[in-house]
Amino acid sequence: MDKEQRCVSLSVHPSRGLMDEKFIVLVQKVLPGFQLTIHASYHCEDGNSWEAFAHYTADASGTVNVSQDTSVGGTYCGVEAMGLLWSLRPVPGSKPGLRLRKKNVQTPMEVTISVYQGHQTEGFVDQVPLASVLVERWYMAPGVRRIPVTEDGLTATLFLPAGPGPFPGILDLWGGGGQLVEYRAALLASHGFASLVLDYLTSKITMETGKMVDNQYFETAYRVLQQHPQILGSRIAMLGLSLGTSITFRMAVYSQVIKLRCVVCIGGSHVQPIDGSVKEILTFVSLNGSKVRFSEKNEMIWRDLLLPITTDPSFKVDMGRFQCPLMLVVGEDDQSWAAYDSAMDMKEMMERAGNSHLLTILSYPKTGHLIEPPYTPHFRASIFRKVGTREKFMVLWGGQTVEHSRAQEDAWKKILVFLRENLYGGTNPGATLLSHL
Amino acid sequence: MSRTPPTVSVLPTRGLVDEKFKVLVENLPPGRPVTVRSLHRSEDDHYWEAFGFYTSDHRGTVNVSKDQSVGGTYTGKEPMGLLWSMCPVPGSRKGLRLRKLNVCSPMLVNISVHSGHEGFRDQAPLASVLIERWYMAPGVKRIDVRERGLQGTLFLPPGPGPFPGILDLWGGGGGLVEYRSALLASHGFATMSLDYLSCGQPVFTYAETAFNFIKDHPQVVADRVGIVALCIGSLPALYLATDSTVVKPRCTVCISCFATFPNDRVVAGSFEELTSISGNVPVDENNHEMWRDVGLEMMSGCPKKVNTGKLTSPLLLVSGCDDQNWPSIETAEDITQTMRAAGNDHLLSRLDYPDTGHLIEPPFSPHFRSTKFVTADKRKMMILWGGQTKPHSDAQEDSWKKILSFLQQHLCSSLNAKL
Repeated sequence: MDKEQRCVSLSVHPSRGLMDEKFIVLVQKVLPGFQLTIHASYHCEDGNSWEAFAHYTADASGTVNVSQDTSVGGTYCGVEAMGLLWSLRPVPGSKPGLRLRKKNVQTPMEVTISVYQGHQTEGFVDQVPLASVLVERWYMAPGVRRIPVTEDGLTATLFLPAGPGPFPGILDLWGGGGQLVEYRAALLASHGFASLVLDYLTSKITMETGKMVDNQYFETAYRVLQQHPQILGSRIAMLGLSLGTSITFRMAVYSQVIKLRCVVCIGGSHVQPIDGSVKEILTFVSLNGSKVRFSEKNEMIWRDLLLPITTDPSFKVDMGRFQCPLMLVVGEDDQSWAAYDSAMDMKEMMERAGNSHLLTILSYPKTGHLIEPPYTPHFRASIFRKVGTREKFMVLWGGQTVEHSRAQEDAWKKILVFLRENLYGGTNPGATLLSHL
Repeated sequence: MSRTPPTVSVLPTRGLVDEKFKVLVENLPPGRPVTVRSLHRSEDDHYWEAFGFYTSDHRGTVNVSKDQSVGGTYTGKEPMGLLWSMCPVPGSRKGLRLRKLNVCSPMLVNISVHSGHEGFRDQAPLASVLIERWYMAPGVKRIDVRERGLQGTLFLPPGPGPFPGILDLWGGGGGLVEYRSALLASHGFATMSLDYLSCGQPVFTYAETAFNFIKDHPQVVADRVGIVALCIGSLPALYLATDSTVVKPRCTVCISCFATFPNDRVVAGSFEELTSISGNVPVDENNHEMWRDVGLEMMSGCPKKVNTGKLTSPLLLVSGCDDQNWPSIETAEDITQTMRAAGNDHLLSRLDYPDTGHLIEPPFSPHFRSTKFVTADKRKMMILWGGQTKPHSDAQEDSWKKILSFLQQHLCSSLNAKL
């Protein structure tokens, strides 16, 4: 081993951070002008390996600071403080269509960051790095509690922030893949919101009886939040992605039980039959199955299923009846849902009804469907198993990595500000509201 | 009034024990007096707290790293005062000491903001946040060492290695104290802490075995192993650095140094009687044992000492000028004279800290002027360590930086690459 190599200093601050926190990667004590590759490696729970890397040249003081210096090649270019995370991709030889999602949110994501000599693009596994550190990325801040919820037939998990509370609450709904996807709720709790993520497609009841849940299921979940001793019943929001957005619109407007302080909807649509519940929405969508297209790579494009946006009011949630602030987050390259077109239609409906002052639209160019918390990898397409079938499809989500990653970072910041302002702010005489942000 | 309630945030929320943090309180009304408080429940179930009195600025913000505390357990601009000025909460037993035994889990500290400068213990906080302070960086491995008759714990840094090595020797309290080793490993040194007081064999041979174990480890650079020692641990440390024919430490750090052999048995490496000296120790006006006087007496009688004139590797001495437990400044002076006379004093570096006591630990740990101690014949005594809290805490912070720098300089240099 070369004698210079052993002194190379590599540090990442913080070494233990939240998933949505930035870090600073610093290489020091190399020779000025030294060419090096910084490499990130992650082995996920399902056994697949992901990597990212970037090429740098040390400055006159023998230092590379990823937050300030320019990557001249690799899985990202330019000055990108968090590029080592958002540009992670499956290592060569991996199965196609992989998606990086952490199931167990109680342990951190462990990423190995290493420095290699020269500008390299492959064969990292066969080499010994000059230096290497382990970085932990957590979904749960210290003191956040994870509580499985199974009462009243629900399949859900509640995340409570640290401290005595009381806290505002959020009902968190994911999309058509079903399952209990906990990481966003865990992160929201780390920001001071008691968050309940709900499995409404593959819940225990559905798996046992074969029947889809109805609207009461969501009202029950809302009640769990409302009646919790550490949650403020008058400060509850709903956050939905994809199919979860459809449910959220329906509940926000038509439910007599659910009274929301604000709503965030990501990558979804208000187009749906206004009668019935989950089953009716899914049936409606699949009725348009002939509109499914395929890309040249044979990836399914579902975008057209809801296009053109209907003018029939019995197939659109009446947005003119929306009574609380609403934030819509849409990717302009969403190939899975016609989210942008829907957002434009909703805006028009609300302008006509006179409640468009409640509406905020965040629209991001070259951004796809899966707008997730920041610094996780973007995938233009991935394998998706539709609930209820054994079939797997390669689905096109859309988006270009750099723009999509920027959108995730920007949207998350704005979503948190929106939630904070609406759930923590405003007059509320008589409530002892403690802040745990 | 439509405003979000006060918030307190700490960056990082999960940090290493020797890392600084930033504590920021926001969304207060401007000009509002508040108390920022830390609370920690120790492993042995005692509560420790620190607090500072602040006033929010015109933007309703208190920034602990920049603003002045006007009262509490610390005053002035003290970014880390909420940790180093911690003391047992009112009503606690006397003579408590805060030490973490399980280094695999973090220290949990609650940081809260309360209205006003009085009576904060009876109020609900305006805001609070829980933080973690870790002794082990991500990826550091903890390994029980029971080979070659040793009783130690080895901490390996993450990464492929190989790493420079350190033998970590504590003082007269005995036991296997792991936290400094864990921290050193978090800084890139393969470090082993050793329980040498109850090993039942000559300590010097035992220490040599331990040193060789580290040196022989496949992930350690054999010619880059040093020693860090506190108090009585200095004796085996200095023996290895001067007289040993078996090992050659690359550098040595002695904190609150002890270089005099109290009796011939210790010269031979037998330490059993050392801790039984307690009971015949003079006490101060608070009935706290002043071991310093025992040491001075020992040094005045032409005792046998480690011959530091024979040192061929660098030595760093860290001493507190108010060390009431052992005459470490006098020892440091004595070593300086010896080395000057022998012509090897270019190897010596000294850090002497005013108003600093005996227990110079990693930074931001609370200072204790005296703590409880149980003698060999089961009497409960209080032992006087010395030091005033603020200067002692400054000394801990400064010395740690310089110790790490000294170790990096001598153990990580680019000469002699390992093959």
